[in-house]
Amino acid sequence: MKAAILVFPGINRERDMARALKLISGHEPQMVWHAETSLPAGTDLVVVPGGFSYGDYLRCGAIAARAPVMDAVRDYAAKGGLVLGVCNGFQILCESGLLPGVLMRNARLKFICKDVHLRVERSDTPFTRGYNAGQVIRVPVAHGEGNYEADEETIKRVEGEGRVLYRYCSADGVVDEANNINGAAHSIAGLVNDKGNVLGMMPHPENHVEDIMGCTDGRGLFAGLTAHLDQAA
Amino acid sequence: MKARVTVTLKTGILDPQGKAIEGALKSLGVDGVASVRQGKVFDIELAGADKAKAEAALKDAADKLLANTVIENYRVELL
Repeated sequence: MKAAILVFPGINRERDMARALKLISGHEPQMVWHAETSLPAGTDLVVVPGGFSYGDYLRCGAIAARAPVMDAVRDYAAKGGLVLGVCNGFQILCESGLLPGVLMRNARLKFICKDVHLRVERSDTPFTRGYNAGQVIRVPVAHGEGNYEADEETIKRVEGEGRVLYRYCSADGVVDEANNINGAAHSIAGLVNDKGNVLGMMPHPENHVEDIMGCTDGRGLFAGLTAHLDQAA
Repeated sequence: MKARVTVTLKTGILDPQGKAIEGALKSLGVDGVASVRQGKVFDIELAGADKAKAEAALKDAADKLLANTVIENYRVELL
């Protein structure tokens, strides 16, 4: 794995992400400053981490999405390169047009910082192959704007193509409004683009990868990516 | 030249902030409020005096950054 982690002013989860990637893949990721116009040669995973890029000014992720490095990420993604966006990273990917839809203010207007359960919808993708389809995992969320919305037609297409990989659910895997923490359409916590190589998700799998964190359910995502990239190499 | 770009949520897009403000107005006893939608206003100063150029630049700014056209509409005015 040769991961590149994008760094924007106001991002604050890049070191958590680097630690998780190093721990699980064995390779040190490279930090890439937003003003760069290219990615390091041989990059096989781009990670857009969480935080508050540009203080969430204008709209969350809006200014970061227009940074020079994002043109390089768009080219890289168009060639099929893997991109993972977490939390603010998900918002940035939506604003940059790499993913459809938008993350709106949480339905109950509160910033939510707690562990949540996610149902893994399928296991046959690079982003979920470390899990079983239907498996429930526990990972933290920390966001004020995670309420995923898109027009009806987009939601229909995304669902029809099986592009929702993670959904908010109860501890035993029930997806309903009571467990839809932020009011997201169809309880969507994470989805991929039409080619399946760009994932955006609100929860933080990188924060549940070591025993000291009280849970290691997030490891599967990184282990799956590592296995996928090792196999491709 | 002074200009104003107004960005508003498209109809049908849920606006939790507008809803909260609507509730607050009602609890303050402000009469007759049927609904509230929150938007943004950008006051922009432009160099140059060419109106057509200014309008094109403002539209460009709104499309590229000021509005997310997935959920928002915008209106450009030269003042």
